[in-house]
Amino acid sequence: MTLEYPNWKKAIIFLVLAFGLLYSLPNLYRQDPAVQISASRGAALDETIKDKVQGDLERAKIGFKAIELSEKRLLVRLLDGDTQLRASEMLRGSLGENYTVALNLASTVPSWLTRLGAHPMTLGLDLQGGVHFLMEVDRKSVIEHADERLVDDIKTTLRDRNIRGTAARADNGVLVTLRSDDDRKRAASEIANLAPSVVIEDGAGSLDSFPLSVKVPDEARIAAMDQVIDQNLSTLRNRINALGIAEPVIQRQGAARIAVQLPGIQDTAAAKKILGATATLEYRLSDIENASRTMDAVQSGRIPAGSRLYYTRDGQPVLLSRRVIAQGDEIVTATSTIDPDSGTPAVSIRLNDAGGRKMLQVTEENVGRPLAVVFIERIPETRIVDGKEVRSARIKEEVINIANIREPFGKSFQTTGLQKAEADELALLLRAGSLSAPIDIVEERIIGPSLGADNIRAGVNAVFYSFLFVMAFFVVYYKMFGIVTNLAVLLNLLLVVAVMSLFGATLTLPGLAGIALTIGMSVDANVLINERIREELRAGTSPLASIAVGYEKASGTILDANVTALLGGIALFSFGSGPIRGFALSLCVGILTSMYTAVSVSRGIASLFYSGRKKLARLSI
Amino acid sequence: MNLFPYDSKFDFMRLRKVSLGIAIALLVIAIGSLTVRGLKFALDFTGGTVVELKFEKEVDIGDLRGKLEAAGFESAQVQTFGASNDIVVRLQPLAGQVNAEKTGDSVLAAARIEGNPAKLTRADFVGPQVGKELAEQGVIAVIFVAFGFLLYISIRFEWKFAIAAILATMHDVIICTGYFSVTGKEFDLNVLAGILSVMGYSINDTIVVFDRVRENFRGLHRLEAYEVLNRSVNQTLSRTIITSFVALLTVLALYFFGGSALRGMAESQIIGIVIGTLSSIFVACPLLLWFGTTRIDLLPRAKDDADLARRP
Repeated sequence: MTLEYPNWKKAIIFLVLAFGLLYSLPNLYRQDPAVQISASRGAALDETIKDKVQGDLERAKIGFKAIELSEKRLLVRLLDGDTQLRASEMLRGSLGENYTVALNLASTVPSWLTRLGAHPMTLGLDLQGGVHFLMEVDRKSVIEHADERLVDDIKTTLRDRNIRGTAARADNGVLVTLRSDDDRKRAASEIANLAPSVVIEDGAGSLDSFPLSVKVPDEARIAAMDQVIDQNLSTLRNRINALGIAEPVIQRQGAARIAVQLPGIQDTAAAKKILGATATLEYRLSDIENASRTMDAVQSGRIPAGSRLYYTRDGQPVLLSRRVIAQGDEIVTATSTIDPDSGTPAVSIRLNDAGGRKMLQVTEENVGRPLAVVFIERIPETRIVDGKEVRSARIKEEVINIANIREPFGKSFQTTGLQKAEADELALLLRAGSLSAPIDIVEERIIGPSLGADNIRAGVNAVFYSFLFVMAFFVVYYKMFGIVTNLAVLLNLLLVVAVMSLFGATLTLPGLAGIALTIGMSVDANVLINERIREELRAGTSPLASIAVGYEKASGTILDANVTALLGGIALFSFGSGPIRGFALSLCVGILTSMYTAVSVSRGIASLFYSGRKKLARLSI
Repeated sequence: MNLFPYDSKFDFMRLRKVSLGIAIALLVIAIGSLTVRGLKFALDFTGGTVVELKFEKEVDIGDLRGKLEAAGFESAQVQTFGASNDIVVRLQPLAGQVNAEKTGDSVLAAARIEGNPAKLTRADFVGPQVGKELAEQGVIAVIFVAFGFLLYISIRFEWKFAIAAILATMHDVIICTGYFSVTGKEFDLNVLAGILSVMGYSINDTIVVFDRVRENFRGLHRLEAYEVLNRSVNQTLSRTIITSFVALLTVLALYFFGGSALRGMAESQIIGIVIGTLSSIFVACPLLLWFGTTRIDLLPRAKDDADLARRP
């Protein structure tokens, strides 16, 4: 056996080294804390403003690095986070309402690196902080929605049981009016079955009107609200996950609010759009019995009972049944595709079991009748009334598609009638789960790091020391082969950083410690090799052959040990979420890179040192 | 340089009854404590109270954190919030303070700074940072990890090896978690990450020893399983100790220099590395012996037989 290391493998080592250097390089460029100024309401953004900002900063004695003026924004690069906060407050006051002053972190990575796709790792909320949103669930709409559902359910039950009567929303519940006392008794027991938590009371009736008041108690409201918030929490988690933002913090705050913190996203406008988006779909039957009364409904506003008036995208009025067959929260998966029949963009939908059953039942009974798809979007609006911001929301409901049911269908089907971009966004939103009640962003701020500066410094130092200790130990213990091992370890570190940066991973302090530990453990491969070489030497094998045999025999062990650990990492990555995922990623990357550096690279380095020496009396190991 | 004599001939397997007994005892203690005492979950898991303060002037965050700690609010998270005089504090309420406003008032009192008055702008409860789904996903992940190990080790080694390796690994994870239950130390997401990394470490360590067991079973024909296992453990002993020592070195640096943020994580890993190393020798190998592993189990497969047959 010889120590030869083929040239193509050497070439690969250099390519890998170059890759590692190039893609970990951006992490050396610290981001500048910056203040971003953009103009609103047609205000000018020019040299005059730049001069004014400069003058203001100088007067307030706030040191800055540079002021850059581009087409859309003015960027003031500052020295540290504290001056950033002071500068933004000062400028917010001095520039007035016509300019938006936002905190930002400006990249200092040279453009040639960015063009190669090299980006720095995002620092996590613990190390750097991020954007904080406080979102509020619209309590009124939760109640309205719940009551409307209750009205629909009661109506359906009455119809199914042949009880004549009406139901309508009333103060804090539903008012059911029946024709006889007997009906009222039957209705009360049916409703009690339907919704066990409600309080049912007889109202004061007349000869032919027997009212029944159905009230929803406060505890039931609170429970419903809790459920809505829980659902919204997991929807927001899914959405943020789908966008690939790692290591966010999403938590409930108070009775009706959700706090969301995102690391590294500085474009708050983009993040807001995704978080608050409420686009969803509803499937309703067309009310063909009353189709002739559509124009009348539009003109007089008298809408037939059991129907609701909608408009299609081109503005045609259409009456649809009040009863929703299936809606957003019953959708399990949604993917954006192209409809093979028409060649137009479509969303391919799969419902859950309950939704699928309802859809099958309704379509079986209504073949030939038109089915409509309603696209619902909630558009938040902020107006300034008497100098104060007033938030409101407008709900846009459009019929995007209305077509006759050709044959019964259940769980899986396609919906057309959207633009390509809409279909893509809708599919993402439906996939991540729709918000079960709309939420508004009521507060947005930049939040500082959750760990203290001293803690961060200590953590970074500790990681540095851990490397130092390990490398010192190897040199002392394995001498020349310790140096070989250390070179491989350094390349491994470089590769881990490069790959994590390429993946756009978010670096938290425990993540950093995880990288240190992964590398601390990955030296196991080198220990195995070095110990095998010593073993061969003790057995009397010649030094050069010992190296070759050592690498050969250790490789199998290293493969088995690492593949099992890798399996664990992959499982954690696929099933874990949030912090576990980030941790699993660094584990997997560390294992893969260390297998290469420990086995192949260290062998290359060893052959560089030893292969030229034919008569090697002893090894420095 | 040598940390360890190479020709060690310890009779590890003689200790098998004692070592397995200790392992079972530790497991019983860990599981008992986990069911009776449970874990002291940190803010990440339990949620707590969020308090927002508005100071008149800038505040030093480190200073404020110290004041809160002195007032008994351990591991409070103090962050700037938009401006350097707006502060947000997240903490677990003191015992008996169910009301967020009450906690807010005591935080305000604790955070008093001479000449820089503060106002309480908000006191609310906050939910946990991680949802219930994390626990579910965690359990599913662990099941899949175990299944993956079982499959791979069964293919590369044999099912007895797979069972022994998984039992040893689970033993380590449970004892490590149990340690946090027994000592009542705070269990946060970082500790969870630490314990998960223990799983990887432990299986890695066990496989290295098993690899040598396999090699020796195939190479040393005349020896009994008892002797093969002893020899394998002794042969890999210097590697086991060096690797553990190096990993321990890393973690000790994190423990001593990493500050409070990394201490819990480092602690879980120190325990994990020690237990993980010991369990490979004192749990996994005795289990192999107990399962009655023999050379027959590891005889070359049919494929190798075919290769042999083809030779002249």
